[in-house]
Amino acid sequence: MLDKNGIAKRIAQEVRNGWYVNLGIGIPTLVANFIPEGMEVEFQSENGILGMGPFPMDGDEDADLINAGKQTITAMPGAVYFDSATSFAMIRGRHVQLTVLGAMEVAQNGDIANWKIPGKMVKGMGGAMDLVASAENIIVAMMHTNRAGASKLLPSCSLPLTGVGCVKRVVTNLAVMDIKDGAFHLVERAPGVTVQDIAAATAGKLVIPENVPEMNID
Amino acid sequence: MAISKTVEGPQAGCAGVQSGMTLMLGGFGLCGIPECSIAELVKLGTKDLTCISNNAGVDDFGLGLLLQKRQIRKMISSYVGENDEFERQMLSGELEVDLIPQGSLAERCRAGGSGIPAFFTPAGYGTEVAEGKEVREFDGKPHILESALTADFAFVKAWKGDSAGNLVFKATARNFNPMMAMAGKITVAEVEELVPLGALDPNEIHLPGIFVQRIFQGAHYDKRIEQRTVQTRETA
Repeated sequence: MLDKNGIAKRIAQEVRNGWYVNLGIGIPTLVANFIPEGMEVEFQSENGILGMGPFPMDGDEDADLINAGKQTITAMPGAVYFDSATSFAMIRGRHVQLTVLGAMEVAQNGDIANWKIPGKMVKGMGGAMDLVASAENIIVAMMHTNRAGASKLLPSCSLPLTGVGCVKRVVTNLAVMDIKDGAFHLVERAPGVTVQDIAAATAGKLVIPENVPEMNID
Repeated sequence: MAISKTVEGPQAGCAGVQSGMTLMLGGFGLCGIPECSIAELVKLGTKDLTCISNNAGVDDFGLGLLLQKRQIRKMISSYVGENDEFERQMLSGELEVDLIPQGSLAERCRAGGSGIPAFFTPAGYGTEVAEGKEVREFDGKPHILESALTADFAFVKAWKGDSAGNLVFKATARNFNPMMAMAGKITVAEVEELVPLGALDPNEIHLPGIFVQRIFQGAHYDKRIEQRTVQTRETA
């Protein structure tokens, strides 16, 4: 089974040279830590930066330089700042090659719910709806089950939707799955996890091929 | 000769704001918010305001200060966490809240300032954001119709500006400020440094002064950080 860093490490393997990548809050943010040295990748944060760097050294933080999670960050050489309309032009206009974000629920048709729980305080969708509606390549990073142990991979979402039919790939603590033809297709198992474990934790339709390799995340 | 927009300070900047008006306020979280104008609005005590701003501040800073004094009737935002007083007023029904996808909010402001009454976007299709909105397919993909936003006053914050209202922003403090400046009937810009006319390189101005009606140099910027996240030098 993977921990959060393991999930991030596996997703980092999906990133290709020359890509602009938007990382959501939580596990997705960790993906930046596992990009191979020398790979030409720029991180976009929708509040208005391309070329986001690591967190600043203690004492170097700048109130005017934050990411979409409102955390203090740094800018890499070649970075650029822009306004929010330009930022979402990059996202809607499909200039960003990969979006990685978290989710509360993902459905077997690619629907995603990650912004609102009825009866609880609604904080808002932020940029999530714009990101999922437009990105060509969306990977969801999340735990396979919620805190109550219930599957987050469902026949259909029970929570209010963030976007419809948009998720292409899900990486969880248990598995890598692709979404196509109305089903989750098992691609890889996490180290030490059996196909039976994954099937038991997946409420949506799961297609299991004959050979399901274990992830290689060294 | 350049048209001078300079006013004395926040008091002159906020002159004419009345209860019931719609205001835009730039900023993302607490980054790039018009601190001095907000402080003045609190002093003015105008009520029943509709505030269009990406976020709603925190309990004791930013728009949270206006919420504390119950000056806001309606918030139009994309994300409103991190504010207990906001939550209390929203749950009790004192405060009306309209949540909008962040990119749609930015584009609605840009459209409002650009003479574009509405536009189609894929964001929110199939969600509750799309309820009651026209849907049309382009290239086989459904989009929803979103309308432009304008405001009686827009309050923005920049790093540097000149008397003509030309603005330069710093880092990610730019965010919603330029589009909101465009969408305000009266746009009030507060800057950390008001520089002499001609001191800004015309090649490097971010927002042309035509979108700004009043400008003043702010004082005592607090510039609070919401999520101070650093690497410690020992472990790095």
